Amino acid sequence: MAGFNKVVNSYEEAMAGLTDNMTIISGGFGLCGIPENLISEIKRKGCKGLTLVSNNCGVDDFGLGILLPDRQIQKIVASYVGENAEFERQMMSGELAVELTPQGTLAEKMRAGGAGIPAFYTATGVGTPVAEGKDVRQFNGREYILEESITGDFAIVKAWKADKFGNLVFRKTARNFNPMAATAGKITVVEVEEIVEPGELDPDEIHTPGIYVNRLIKGTFEKRIEQRTTRPAGE
Amino acid sequence: MALSRDQIAQRVALELQDGYYVNLGIGIPTLVANFVPDGMEVMLQSENGLLGMGQFPTEAEIDADLINAGKQTVTMATGASIFDSAESFAMIRGGHVDLTVLGAFEVDVNGNIASYMIPGKLIKGMGGAMDLVAGADNIIVTMTHASKHGESKLLTNCSLPLTGKGCIKKVLTDLAFIEIKAGKFHLLERAPGVSVEEIVKLTAGELVVPEHVPEMQF
Repeated sequence: MAGFNKVVNSYEEAMAGLTDNMTIISGGFGLCGIPENLISEIKRKGCKGLTLVSNNCGVDDFGLGILLPDRQIQKIVASYVGENAEFERQMMSGELAVELTPQGTLAEKMRAGGAGIPAFYTATGVGTPVAEGKDVRQFNGREYILEESITGDFAIVKAWKADKFGNLVFRKTARNFNPMAATAGKITVVEVEEIVEPGELDPDEIHTPGIYVNRLIKGTFEKRIEQRTTRPAGE
Repeated sequence: MALSRDQIAQRVALELQDGYYVNLGIGIPTLVANFVPDGMEVMLQSENGLLGMGQFPTEAEIDADLINAGKQTVTMATGASIFDSAESFAMIRGGHVDLTVLGAFEVDVNGNIASYMIPGKLIKGMGGAMDLVAGADNIIVTMTHASKHGESKLLTNCSLPLTGKGCIKKVLTDLAFIEIKAGKFHLLERAPGVSVEEIVKLTAGELVVPEHVPEMQF
């Protein structure tokens, strides 16, 4: 690597330095916009005791779900985990710690973490199990709870296009948590469908500036669909 | 007769106003989109990061990168915009969404709502529901009035873990349209052919019944 060129040539290189017990923040919503090849590399490396921060945990055989059979995940911070039988089994048996976190709070925890804000107050979760043990404070007559931000040893991100400097463009709702995740990793690794030369992306169209990105790799993607819903043609 | 799922959605749709930004939850709330009155413009917000959700795609239009909060493939309406999850919840938590419609397991007289977890049975997570109920002022909860076993879901105190505290003001069930204020349920409308007595019987929390309770109009 030279200068601002973030491109690496193998997934092994992309996830180099990941060891047991690290915290990984992942982009993606359901199976949409997940860094599927980076997840496969984590499985291949076999690291254990990981804390995963991700809105969901994939399905049994795709996405973060593939890290469950070998018990690589020790704890997950997520908002919705309902699509995964092995996940449910490990959670119920206590093998897997789950910190259910409201989706907006999770997004904000990543955003704040990446922005150097250690904690923030929010009305979300007041008076619910989420508020247990958290500082409560009133502002303008309304109660808010203190939520701490999150940073990770690694952040794994899926974008659509990038230039070699790591400037990123996302596509449609595959954007979701990816831009926040990208800011919140000590080492942020991004996989994309296309890498172009610096200058080819219009600076106005860049969603995530390259300053957040440490490593960049071009991959091929299955892009599995979770709920295939259609209307008949001609309507 | 108790309302069908479609009829519940149809009645909710009467609460829409031209120019509303609306978030519809999974299940019955999603059906509200089918009953937007002709000539009215409503934009649907999907909390994974889409404002201006369109209809389902044709087989040829399917795009794995374009889904709604229920993870279903969708399309974008004219004038749609795409944004990240922090931006999406800034809209929701900042109170910019005009109407939120979502389902629940239980609601109580203090406006508390339980909708995301049945301890020991169902632990899937709250997704965006806690943010939606905390951030929105105008919320309609849709649910059946009672369980299959005839147990009321309109309670003095919710028995399940809460999704939000003191945030629900309107509930539309298959039997009645109910407002919550000052620690009581207030019966606004009844489903066509459903008697006040039936509603009273299936409402566990204190219910204020005015002298005249109109039938719902569609």
